[in-house]
Amino acid sequence: MVKALRSLLYSEKVAPYIFVSPFIVAFVVFFLYPTINTFVMSFQEIVGLDSARFVGLENYKKLFNVHFYNALKTNTLYTLFTLLLLIPIPILFAVFLNSAFVKGKTFFRTSIFIPALTSVIVAGVCFRLMFGELDTALVNSLLIKIGLPPQKWLLGYWTGMLLMVLLHFWKTAGIFMVYYLAGLQSIPHELYESAQIDGAGAVQRLWYITLPLLKPIVIYTLTIAIFEGYRMFGESYVFWNEGMPGDIGLTIVRYIYQQAFQRNDMGFGSAIGIALLCLVMIVNLIQLRFFGMFKKERD
Amino acid sequence: MTLWTFNDLHTDYYRKTVELWNEEHPEQPIDLVIDTYPNNEMHTKLLIALQSGVGAPDIADININFFHNFLKGDIQLVELNDIIEPELSQFVKSRFDIYSKDGKYYGIGFHVGATVVYYNKEIMDQAGVDIESIKTWDDYIEAGKKVLAATGKPMTAFEITNQRPFWPMIVQRGSDYLSEEGVILDNETNIEVLQAMYDMIYEHEIAIPMPGGNTGSEEFFAFMNNGGIASLIMPMWYMGRFTSYMPDLEGKILIRPMPVWEEGDFRSAGMGGTGTSITKQSEHIDLAKQFLAYAKLTKEANIRIWQELQFDPIRWDVWDAPELQEPLEYFGNEVVFNTLLELKDEIASPYYNELSSAAQDLVMNDVMFKALSERIATPEEALREAADELRSQQE
Repeated sequence: MVKALRSLLYSEKVAPYIFVSPFIVAFVVFFLYPTINTFVMSFQEIVGLDSARFVGLENYKKLFNVHFYNALKTNTLYTLFTLLLLIPIPILFAVFLNSAFVKGKTFFRTSIFIPALTSVIVAGVCFRLMFGELDTALVNSLLIKIGLPPQKWLLGYWTGMLLMVLLHFWKTAGIFMVYYLAGLQSIPHELYESAQIDGAGAVQRLWYITLPLLKPIVIYTLTIAIFEGYRMFGESYVFWNEGMPGDIGLTIVRYIYQQAFQRNDMGFGSAIGIALLCLVMIVNLIQLRFFGMFKKERD
Repeated sequence: MTLWTFNDLHTDYYRKTVELWNEEHPEQPIDLVIDTYPNNEMHTKLLIALQSGVGAPDIADININFFHNFLKGDIQLVELNDIIEPELSQFVKSRFDIYSKDGKYYGIGFHVGATVVYYNKEIMDQAGVDIESIKTWDDYIEAGKKVLAATGKPMTAFEITNQRPFWPMIVQRGSDYLSEEGVILDNETNIEVLQAMYDMIYEHEIAIPMPGGNTGSEEFFAFMNNGGIASLIMPMWYMGRFTSYMPDLEGKILIRPMPVWEEGDFRSAGMGGTGTSITKQSEHIDLAKQFLAYAKLTKEANIRIWQELQFDPIRWDVWDAPELQEPLEYFGNEVVFNTLLELKDEIASPYYNELSSAAQDLVMNDVMFKALSERIATPEEALREAADELRSQQE
């Protein structure tokens, strides 16, 4: 018995599978099974605990409605804006904090990173109070001081968008900065030295050495930022908990939540989920191809 | 047993009810664990627990706005006819119908939710308006103009991220969002009412879109408390919000019936509600039923619902009980229930079915916002658009 076990564990063929099995099991139970199940449910009408009825493409047909378009639009704009902020600004943070001349690096690094540790809901509640619509709310009171009209932040499409993007940026910039810092520190110092000897200025060094060598990190952050953008939920939920007037803040995942869990229409919710999956896959594939991630395989 | 609710006031009520029960029934004590969650979250949690077959509480408070989502397909709530029917004649029946399907009752409410107008006496006096003379909405508009001229303050505010006073205003005229025949959201009456509301804001300028969007927001509490508007059209259960969140209005608020559009209209409408239900997952269904009846159906319970929650109880034979006939200092030292008794036969409740949640969401998030606040659609367009969307969901 012991011998058999030992030979099993030492066998080059079997042992690797045993070692990866915890991951495989978790993957199958918590990822593969729900995914397949969602796919199946997206073709069904779920009526009760165990009763479901196949309805063909009915759920997918329902996708062609104005709310889904609104959600799609909001998500796409939101993703775009977060990318515009989340790629360049953390790189600048990282470059500054990596330079030898900046004082109090640890302090700045810590204070930029700390928001990443807060919960989006807790931070969001603070944002909501700061951006309240009365004249006495923090941001409006500041606006009034500098002579601008107070805003109803949560009741306008673009102000609402601004709040979501701002909250997400505030929370995520620190993590992205850490990625870039790690990337920067792996760039050999000699490159900068030789560039300097050749007469390259600070901007040239940034443009010709730092950015090209950071490319893999940028691609990585871009990929997760796109994914994060499309699957956004918390930022919207915390601002418009009870309802979203005029679909302000309605994102695809919120639409899933609304249809599946609030309206009890699991089938339609699953169909939206599958649509979201396809969408994110396509966007990410295009982006990865654009950056030449598949070139090696073609060569 | 476990109980889920979404309102702190309810939590206190149940806690006290259990104490009373345990005093009276020492042979069958109940250990009740009460969990309070935020409104939306609780309903989502409950729906998931019921769908997945595990984790639901024995008893749950379900907001009327969500109630009919729980009556789809294979219903996971326990039928309550056996405890309700013997007592039904003492109750406002329409308040049970809203929690029923196919003649079976699945929930028991707290209150009638009769819609009334809360007038700020101080502002009305400044403007020299006698509120007893306001009988029709035209009178109300005229009074509003006087208030505006004298104080510069609007007469009232309309919710733009919720559905009041639009819903009670159409229900008092016998209209609704839905009926047994289908979607009637865009009928003549409703268009007329919404247009009148629009005119009150932009033509007569006696009303404003509500600060904070709805009557449950902190912004609105502060605004109302500071005497921002002269009156508010809301159900009776809003009295508790006044006393809890607007302390500066003590003694200044008077409660009167809703004005009417034309003769024959009702002067009120029963709005909102919480159906308390028992889930099929409960292991103590019989005990839960006895407790629920004790907490919601007895005379004593209905008196306590008034005393502790300041809700207008659904059992009308307690309305003239001495406990309910005490004058209330906050509300101008008047006997509020005399107003309600006067309205007893004029309280219609909305019609609810499986489309209700969707209909309300559309009115709250689209119609009011587009027509009254952003003005990107006329009242008629906004209602037609929403009605068409509902019809497409109806199949």
